[in-house]
Amino acid sequence: MIESLLNADNAELTQSTKKGAPVVLSTRLRLARNLVDVPFPERASNTQRSNVMTRCADQIGELTQMKNGAFFDVAELSDLERQVLVERHLISRELCESQSGSGVFINKDQTCSIMINEEDHLRIQFLKTGFSLRYLWKQIDRFDSSLENGLDLAFSSEFGYLTACPTNLGTGLRASVMLHLPGLVISEQMDKVIRAVNQLGITVRGLFGEGSDATGHVFQISNQQTLGESEGEIMARLGSVLKTIIDHEINARFKYIEKNRARLLDQIGRAFGALQNAHVINSNEAMNLLSLMRLAVDLEMLPEVNRPDVDRLFIECQPGHIQYAAGEGIEPDARDLCRADILREEFFRLPALDFDKVNKLV
Amino acid sequence: MAENLNCSYCNKPATVHLTQIVNNKIIKVDLCESCAQAKGVTDSEGYALTDLLSKTNLSPDKGKSQITCPDCGLSTADFRRTGRLGCASCYHNFESLLKPFLEDMHAGTAHKGKIPDVALSRQTSIAKLNSLENALHRAITEEAYEDAARFRDEIQAYKEHVESQAAQQ
Repeated sequence: MIESLLNADNAELTQSTKKGAPVVLSTRLRLARNLVDVPFPERASNTQRSNVMTRCADQIGELTQMKNGAFFDVAELSDLERQVLVERHLISRELCESQSGSGVFINKDQTCSIMINEEDHLRIQFLKTGFSLRYLWKQIDRFDSSLENGLDLAFSSEFGYLTACPTNLGTGLRASVMLHLPGLVISEQMDKVIRAVNQLGITVRGLFGEGSDATGHVFQISNQQTLGESEGEIMARLGSVLKTIIDHEINARFKYIEKNRARLLDQIGRAFGALQNAHVINSNEAMNLLSLMRLAVDLEMLPEVNRPDVDRLFIECQPGHIQYAAGEGIEPDARDLCRADILREEFFRLPALDFDKVNKLV
Repeated sequence: MAENLNCSYCNKPATVHLTQIVNNKIIKVDLCESCAQAKGVTDSEGYALTDLLSKTNLSPDKGKSQITCPDCGLSTADFRRTGRLGCASCYHNFESLLKPFLEDMHAGTAHKGKIPDVALSRQTSIAKLNSLENALHRAITEEAYEDAARFRDEIQAYKEHVESQAAQQ
């Protein structure tokens, strides 16, 4: 069912031709919204859930922003298809496990997905490569307002948008930015950073949320609080914390290069060698090797045009994508072989690492 | 993991171990597979341990009166167990219970963000029309024809007002 999505030639996270940015992989905004006259999904009957799905899907389908988008009923997707969508951050694990009457609308370039009957009736998500809070807010705000033309949303003047979980109450806004922080991890400063930002109401999680560790040195940084501040204030606070983290990361990288240049070049060199030659790579190892390649691009050891390739492989090396590409259910061992095949082919095409670039830096 | 830990909720062997630093304190929680699932710890949207802890704090029943939401049937016990509300009216019905948690959870307890103007004005006008129409029916049944005529004119005027506003937009 999802072939057209996977083969789309302009998907934001996997087919982007933009150069991307050092440190920042992508930005995501999501809004939680509910209809006023129906219990929240967890307490709604099956009939109510399916009514909500029809009402919302009809309304969303009419919006110009969703032109050429696709709607998927979760019940009709296979486990593997669901996993692929999770790995692309287009749906959540919670949606996969939901009862009947859950679905997702995904627009053509996969920058926008709207989950229906997840924890809330509607979870609207916009995402973009790079650091882009303000642009995304304009997009999602406009989308949300046009949705409001046809749906009566649960809202109170005191508490704002009403959500199933009080942690999302008010704006219903979760802004999160995916950061690549090898410098802070290698220099063992990450715990300190997490402690500091937690005190500012900002949460740090791994690549796939809590419980997933930060493989590939990738972290999701997001606001924890949704009530008592406007959307602009929430994003401004998050933005300033992010800028500080990014500065610290860049500093940590330079300090590390100053002190451990040979060791870093060795690590990057060996990672490149492994990606070009290895025949068995599990997903954890792939993430860590790719992390070093992203760092190599940031240090200009690889051309900047290859950054989107590395970012795409972060997603395409996930277990679901490997299995999907293999076309059938394959065992984890066989997956590691397929993953290595893909990576060898991809990295064989890249030019040799330019070590001089780093030598000139110091 | 060297020692065998049990789930903080049901005492089954724990397989999920969470550690997070909240307000400078290291907080650890151990969960079994099913409790972790039930609490949404495996949710990819992410999960803050503070959410879980605030739910834990909800658990001990302090003997307060039990409320049940007339709209969706959610009870105080349900809310304490899941930390989630059942419908829009729950926010009104459980307000006193909820307020202290909102203060801990958020930057403030009053909404300062976006307001869905279009939907709200539509809801207000529907509510206003409904109440006028009810009044009209009542007046007719009570044979208060002068009142009925007045309500009929008000309904007409209000409809025209809404239409002209819609045309302006």
